[in-house]
Amino acid sequence: MINKIFLIGNPNVGKSVVFSRLTGVHVISSNYPGTTVGISKGFLTLGEEKIEVVDLPGTYSLESTSRAEEVAVGLLKEAPKETSAVINIIDSTNLERNLFLTLQLLEAGMPLIVVLNMCDEAGHRGVDINALELEKMLGVPVIPTCAVTGAGIKSLISRIKESRIVKEGKLTHEERWLKIGKIVEACQKLNHRHHTLRETLEDASIRPLTGLLMSVAVVYASFKVVRFLGEFLINRIFDPFFFDLYQPLLMKLSALLGGDGFLHHLLIGDLINGKIDFKQALGVLTTAPYIEFAMVLPYVVSFYLILSLLEDIGYLPRLAILLDNILHRIGLHGFAIIPVLLGFGCNVPGIMATRVLESKRERFIAATLISIGVPCVPLQAMIFGLLGGFGGFYVGGVYLVLFSVLIILGAVLNRTLKGFSPEFLLEIPPYRFPPLALLGQKLYYRVKGFLIEAVPVVLLGVLLINLLIYARLFDYVTGIFAPIIKGLFGLPKEAVVALVIGFLRKDVAVGMLMPLGLSAKQLFIAATLLAMSFPCVATFVVLFKELGFKNLIKATSIMIGISLVVGGILNFAILR
Amino acid sequence: MKISLIKAKKNYKGKIAEIVASAATQNKFMSLGLYKGREITKISHFALSGPVAVKVGRSVIALGHSMAAKIILELE
Repeated sequence: MINKIFLIGNPNVGKSVVFSRLTGVHVISSNYPGTTVGISKGFLTLGEEKIEVVDLPGTYSLESTSRAEEVAVGLLKEAPKETSAVINIIDSTNLERNLFLTLQLLEAGMPLIVVLNMCDEAGHRGVDINALELEKMLGVPVIPTCAVTGAGIKSLISRIKESRIVKEGKLTHEERWLKIGKIVEACQKLNHRHHTLRETLEDASIRPLTGLLMSVAVVYASFKVVRFLGEFLINRIFDPFFFDLYQPLLMKLSALLGGDGFLHHLLIGDLINGKIDFKQALGVLTTAPYIEFAMVLPYVVSFYLILSLLEDIGYLPRLAILLDNILHRIGLHGFAIIPVLLGFGCNVPGIMATRVLESKRERFIAATLISIGVPCVPLQAMIFGLLGGFGGFYVGGVYLVLFSVLIILGAVLNRTLKGFSPEFLLEIPPYRFPPLALLGQKLYYRVKGFLIEAVPVVLLGVLLINLLIYARLFDYVTGIFAPIIKGLFGLPKEAVVALVIGFLRKDVAVGMLMPLGLSAKQLFIAATLLAMSFPCVATFVVLFKELGFKNLIKATSIMIGISLVVGGILNFAILR
Repeated sequence: MKISLIKAKKNYKGKIAEIVASAATQNKFMSLGLYKGREITKISHFALSGPVAVKVGRSVIALGHSMAAKIILELE
C-alpha cells in the first residue's frame, strides 16, 4: 500500500506544475532553477485512498550542494520504501542530463516512476524520445506528460501503483555517464532543425554586448509597464470607486455619527474642511482601505504580472550572468539577483529565496542587504504617492540613496566578514512561453496572498494607532526619541510615530507621514529612513528563521547603525 | 596541447581534458554533465574576470570566472 508520493527531479523541470496537477494545491512555479526552496505537501485522492504528495526542491544529484537540495535528499533518504512511491520528473528536452539523477535514484533502491515532462516542447525542438524503449531499459514505468496543459497526468495517476524498485549496483560517476550515453543513443532521436529566432535570442541574451542591450531594454520596459498599468488601475478603477461610490456613503456615516467623537475618530478619522481626505483622515474605514486598495494594490498587481512573466519566460537567470561581475564586488554572485528581484515585491519571499545561495556568508549578506536596501512594492507605491507630487527628482533620490547604501554596505560586508563567497554554476533555461491561464493563476495567488497578509494588519494597525493617539500615549514615545529625530534627522517629533509604526507595516507608516505637512526634503529623508530602518515584523520573523538569533541581532545592529548615519548625513547635506 | 576554458576563444568547441577541483566541486560539475572527455562549446565570456557560458549537450551552463578556470580543454 502506498501512502506517500515524493516528486523529485532536476531544478526547473516542472515538478511544481505536476504537483499542482496531482493535488489541486497551487504552488508558485517559474522558469529558473530553484523556484521551490521549501517542501510543499498536498493530497491526491485515488479511489477511496488519500495519498500524501510531497514536492521536493530540485536537485541535480543525490549529493546535495545547497541547503534547498539538502532538504530534498534528506527527506527522500528517510522515506520508508515499502509504502512510498518516488516520481522522478524529467525534462524531455534534456534527457541526458536528467538521467544522471534517475540512475542515482535507481541505484539507491527507490520505488520509482519516471515522468517525461515537457513532451510537447521536446517535439518542437526536434527531440523524439521512445518512452517504451526507455521503460524497458530502465525497468520502471515511464510516462510522457505535458504538465502545463495537463496531458498525460491521468495516465500517470493510473500507473502510480506500478512504481518499482530495481536493484542496481552502485556505479561510479564515469560508469553512470557511460550508461546514460547508451540509453540516450537507444531511446532518443534528434531531428536537425535550423536555428530558430528563439534560439538566436537565447544566445544573444547571454553574450556581453547584446545581452547588456537586451537587459537595459527589458528592465526599462518592465518599469514603464508596471507604472503605466498601476496608474491605469488607480485612475480608471480604484480612484473612481473610492471617490464616486465610497465617499458619499462615508459622508452619510459621518453625519450619522455626528461628525465628531470617539467612534467617528476611530472609523472616519478627522474631517478636513468638513470633507473626508482619504490620505490624511487616518480612519479605519477611510485611510486604511484607501492606502491598501487604491495606492498599493494596483502596483502589487502590475509588479507581479511583469515579474511572473519574466520568471516564466526564463529571462531572470540571464540577468544573473550579466550582473555576476557587479554582485561579486558585494560578496554575492549573479544568482543573488533573483532573491533581490523577489524582494522588490515583498522582502519575505526574497529572503526565503536566499536559500538557493550556497554559503551561510552569502545568505547573511543577501538577507541583510535585501532588508535594508530593497524596498517592497507597498513601500515603493507609498514613496511614489508621497513624493511623486514634488517631481521625479525626489523619488529618484530615494532609489539612488538606497542603491548606494546597498553597494557600499555590500562591499564593506564582503571585506569584513570571514570566509569567501563561492562562484556560481548555473543552468540557463531555454525561453518558454507559459499558457496565459497559468500566468493568470500565479498572479491571482500572489495578489490573494498579499491581500490576506496586508489587509488585516493595516486595519488593525490603523485602529491601534488611533486608539494610541486618542489616549495620548504617543506623546510619551515621541518625547524620548525627539532629540534623535529632530536633532539628527531634522524631522518634527511626530514623525517618530511613523517610524515606530513602520515596524508593523511600511505602507501604513508612510501614510502616517502624510498629515504631518512635511517639506519635500523632510519627506525625502523620512521615506529613505523608513525604507532602510527596521523591516516590517513579517520580514523580521523570516530573518530570524533563516539567519538564526545571533545573525538577526547582527543584521539589526547594522540596520540601526546605517539608518542613523545616512539619516544624519542627508539632514546635514540637504536640509541645513 | 591543453587550454583553459578561460583562454579558449568564443565558439571554441572541444573535449574536457581535466577538471582541477576538489572532489565536492568535481561532483557538482559531474551532475551537470561536465566531466572529463565531454565535448563542450564556449558561448561567451564576460570582461573583467566575468562569468563564462558554455553549451553542454542540450543545456547552457553559466560558470563564475574561477569555476570556469577549473576546466581545462583539449586543444586540437
